[in-house]
Amino acid sequence: MTSLLYSEVEEELRAAVRGVLADKSSPASVLARVESDAPYDMGLWKTLAADMGVAGLLIPESRGGAGASAREVAVVLEELGRSVAPVPFLTSAVLATTALLAAPEDPGDLLSRLASGDLTAALAVPFSASPYGFRDETVTAGADGTLSGRVTAVAGAAVADVLLVPASGALYAVEAGHATVETVPSLDLTRPIATVTLWSAPAVRIASDLSGVRRALLTGAGLLASEQLGVAKWCLDTTLAYLKERHQFARPIGSFQAIKHRMADLWLDVVRARAAARGAADALAGEEDPSLAVAVAQAWCGDVAVHVAEEALQLHGGIGMTWEHPLHLFLKRAKAAQLALGTPGDHRQQVGVLADLPA
Amino acid sequence: MNEDEIRARARAFREATPASDRLAFLRARFDAGLAWVHFPEGLGGLGAPRELQLAVEQELEGTPQLDPGLQAIGLGMAAPTILAFGTEEQKKRFLRPLWTGEEIWCQLFSEPGAGSDLATLATRAVRDGDEWVVDGQKVWTSGAHHARWAILVARTDPDVPKHRGLTYFVCDMHAPGVEARPLRQITGEAEFNEVFLTGVRLPDDLRLGAVGDGWRVAQTTLMNERVAIGGNAGRRGGGMIGMVAQTWRERPELRTPDLHQRLLRLWVEAEVTRLAGVRLREQLAAGQPGPEGSGMKLAFASLNQALTGLEVELRREEGLGYDDWTFRRSESVDFAGRDAGYRYLRAKGNSIEGGTSEILRNIISERVLGLPSEPRVDKDIPWKDLPR
Ligand SMILES: Cc1cc2nc3c(=O)[nH]c(=O)nc-3n(C[C@H](O)[C@H](O)[C@H](O)COP(=O)(O)OP(=O)(O)OC[C@H]3O[C@@H](n4cnc5c(N)ncnc54)[C@H](O)[C@@H]3O)c2cc1C
Repeated sequence: MTSLLYSEVEEELRAAVRGVLADKSSPASVLARVESDAPYDMGLWKTLAADMGVAGLLIPESRGGAGASAREVAVVLEELGRSVAPVPFLTSAVLATTALLAAPEDPGDLLSRLASGDLTAALAVPFSASPYGFRDETVTAGADGTLSGRVTAVAGAAVADVLLVPASGALYAVEAGHATVETVPSLDLTRPIATVTLWSAPAVRIASDLSGVRRALLTGAGLLASEQLGVAKWCLDTTLAYLKERHQFARPIGSFQAIKHRMADLWLDVVRARAAARGAADALAGEEDPSLAVAVAQAWCGDVAVHVAEEALQLHGGIGMTWEHPLHLFLKRAKAAQLALGTPGDHRQQVGVLADLPA
Repeated sequence: MNEDEIRARARAFREATPASDRLAFLRARFDAGLAWVHFPEGLGGLGAPRELQLAVEQELEGTPQLDPGLQAIGLGMAAPTILAFGTEEQKKRFLRPLWTGEEIWCQLFSEPGAGSDLATLATRAVRDGDEWVVDGQKVWTSGAHHARWAILVARTDPDVPKHRGLTYFVCDMHAPGVEARPLRQITGEAEFNEVFLTGVRLPDDLRLGAVGDGWRVAQTTLMNERVAIGGNAGRRGGGMIGMVAQTWRERPELRTPDLHQRLLRLWVEAEVTRLAGVRLREQLAAGQPGPEGSGMKLAFASLNQALTGLEVELRREEGLGYDDWTFRRSESVDFAGRDAGYRYLRAKGNSIEGGTSEILRNIISERVLGLPSEPRVDKDIPWKDLPR
């Protein structure tokens, strides 16, 4: 039976992930990390992916994975959003893994190696690619089977061992060593993007069309809603705590009605974001077409995360504008995620198609 | 009793009971415990979990049904309050005709001087032997003109602070001294009334709960009111958004890019609000009621207002007209049967009735989010000394 609640197993998974993140990914340590030369935290990723097995959640047990569903993945993403942990979970364990799962060929048994956490992958598409209008126009496959071209704004590429590259209407696997991956200054400090350049790079064709890539983008968009929920929830909780503690005019600022009412509205937005994100995760885990649930969740959660983060900043006053306070990490994540995998406007447009509300 | 047993019982009831006489059917359904299964046996229920009601409704689809509009206050507010605070005699006396709709109920809470601040109300009830004598004025009383009974809060002790001097009664709307006058609304009709209570004598056995405990009893009513107003989850794309969407589909000539964008935004908002309602019901069924309930009415009010406003605008030239301004006393709110203009105007009440949206935001921020309460300057002052 479908449900928008969390099962006991899902709550246990959440507690385990939250425990690790509390220990290894405090806001202060994330801030220090993103200022270093290695913004992705691969030590933490090893713990999550290999020791806890979250990298293999979507991979069947026969390939060494956990054989879980999008529902469990969504819970992990909520927690990762809540801590803006700089790990390639969405890019490797969701986007790349879904594309591989849909591919008929898996030379080198990539799935098993992803499941065990030995390998990290990335889908070489711009992070802003929408599931609805995706076309591969920038990389071409040569007659000799090598790939040439350039893909910009690829999230998670800098730490990938394998790149899955759409080219000339098919999907290829390329060892990262055969590509040039150049991280560029990124709005989202905790999920920097990179430019991937290929010069006659050796590649193995794993799918002869791009249906798996579209499925990956749709799955990614639907599950990103849960990450956005986590971001929004952290902003709401942190702001609430601040409003109770910060005094002006000899009273907690949270006692002013203008602020209380804004918080009530934000809370209501987040309540609905949770229902929408659960709806998408549940639909992606089920048998029926998840498209509408995904479009609804992404249209709502993308904007809500940004709005809550922006309100959080305003309600913190000056401290919210400082580099030292972790709030900006969440604002940057929220704003970048709003553009990722289709904008809210792209998803609303798709709602119009799916719900029979033509222009 | 589990779901299978309840289904079997409902099927057996359906087979054994002729549906030709609506009232007889509803009475028999009550007596079979299939009215509201979570109520106790003998009072229309089976003492079963509330969510099993759905199974009963499915089994009895197509049989005579209640009138949810006309009976809204009885079913949604009076019944749970009577169940929680009534004596055995009161439960036996009131619940059956309330449920079958033989007796309609209204709510005598609001007064000209007491709306959001209900606890300041001034209607007096003075004890006289076995009776209470009630004097005062109520206002915005929906459906008072066809009500047999009312739930009433009155002041029995003016010398203590406002929350403490209240007592809760069932008011006999046929008693001498009860006069309901229609109040015309912005829609043209009169759904609500002002009700004058002049020397109305109520026997003490119409009191619900202890003398002075009226505020606590009223809380039960108000909590149920908000759930009743905001708690219907419905189906995807149904309800108010469904009406606008239908116009949109049938009338391509009305479409513009701007309206399209706004419609899609509202469609998404309606859908996530519906999903939050579904989730809330799952939480209730799983015995883990979440605080989401307080938010649903707030969400539906603003959504209904935005949607109905959009529909009037969408209709352009037709939006300039109005179906019927006749001043008459209406039976109940008729969103589906009237035109877009009526819906737009009537929806304005959604953020006022049953607690205004501002009061709901206060409640959410204080009780759900734990932010400090509004200053309560009147908390310790005897009611009679309050500035007014
Ligand atoms: C269609 C309709 C049907 C109704 N049916 C019934 C009925 O059957 N029985 C019944 O008893 N009542 C009924 N009511 C009355 C309803 O409950 C009251 O109108 C409502 O509680 C508001 O009270 P008020 O009208 O006195 O407004 P007020 O309380 O005077 O409010 C005026 C404005 O001030 C704001 N305000 C008040 N206090 C605060 C505060 N602390 N913080 C911030 N803002 C505040 C309000 O939100 C509102 O915007 C009905 C109302 C409507 C519109």
